[in-house]
Amino acid sequence: MKCRKCTNRAAINMRQHKLALCPEHFIEWVQQQTERFIKKYRMFTRDDRVLVAVSGGKDSLALWDILLALGYQADGLYIGLGIDGGIDYSAESHRCVQKFVEERGDGLTLHVVDVEVLYGASIPEAARSVARGRGKPCSVCGLTKRHIMNRVARDEGYDVLATGHNLDDEAATLFGNTLQWAVGYLRRQGPVLPASAQGLARKVKPLFRFYEREMAAYALLRGIEYIYDECPYAAGATSIRHKELLNELEISSPGAKLQFYLHFLQAREQYGIFQPQDSTVELHTCPTCGQPTTNPEQCSFCRTWERVREQMTKRPTAKATNP
Amino acid sequence: MDEQRKMNETKPTATLIFRKQTFEVPAGMTIRDAIIRCELNPEAVLAVKDGELVTDDTHLNPGDQIKLVATISGG
Repeated sequence: MKCRKCTNRAAINMRQHKLALCPEHFIEWVQQQTERFIKKYRMFTRDDRVLVAVSGGKDSLALWDILLALGYQADGLYIGLGIDGGIDYSAESHRCVQKFVEERGDGLTLHVVDVEVLYGASIPEAARSVARGRGKPCSVCGLTKRHIMNRVARDEGYDVLATGHNLDDEAATLFGNTLQWAVGYLRRQGPVLPASAQGLARKVKPLFRFYEREMAAYALLRGIEYIYDECPYAAGATSIRHKELLNELEISSPGAKLQFYLHFLQAREQYGIFQPQDSTVELHTCPTCGQPTTNPEQCSFCRTWERVREQMTKRPTAKATNP
Repeated sequence: MDEQRKMNETKPTATLIFRKQTFEVPAGMTIRDAIIRCELNPEAVLAVKDGELVTDDTHLNPGDQIKLVATISGG
């Protein structure tokens, strides 16, 4: 198969776009499309300071690479979760992020927050200490990451927080929320979540229209070393099963998952369904950390981590420290 | 199954490698058909041949080794 733009051999064929491209033209296409989506959805401008949440995975590192290539002011935030899982998962993901930074010279700023150092327990330890999450650390992990991302974005004066969510992530989330008719979540889902006056940072997903397969191809073609192994706790996750189901549909109907998500956004725009209703949600300020919360008292993050520290100090080998 | 194995033994084959699994498939078919034959999803992998990304309409030559890169992540 030949590249649509030149006579060279194509490296990737995107059936949903009927578009095959060689490495050079694919990289160019991804960067141009990202620029188009940033402008179309009014995510940010070149005057804005962007904080990119990088996990060491293909999507977030590809996003950072694209934003730098496009000339945006993009800094990174890496959150050390202390996950081992027999494969040194967090250590390896941190190494990939460090390598990315070192390869690009001194000009890059990377903020590193180590959960265990800052809060006294790794994510798996914290999850074991509290009832939250039914034995899996994903709930505590998500809560902690959201808190840290918002805090760093706010404290360091960033205009916007960018994450590497791709189309497969968004379509799988939409699929899951639709199966449950989770109206509250459907209202909150979108490529741009505006900042709130109470201190929630503006959040954007510039890669939300790219297939996961395309982001993996971009990372490979750009020579970005990323953590290939799955998070050890992700095995059996419902969201992965939903991605597999959508990919099965994609075999016979190329573009099905893209249409599923884009038509959701169009239906919201044209027919007013699942409109975000941020203004009706009353936000309070957490008396402990100062971050916004729907709870009139302490936020979920502070309540959870207070319980973690209580449990950790009860143990003979406690490692708990105050934040 | 034995017949299938016999067929693969007598015909030239190519190899697909996915994570820690190895699949022997008849040469001559496309990578996409080979992926489906191995009960994997072509929408969830990328094919790498001799260190280069290739499209899945590429026909397999005898002795080819294709590394399949998983693309699904998250939790």
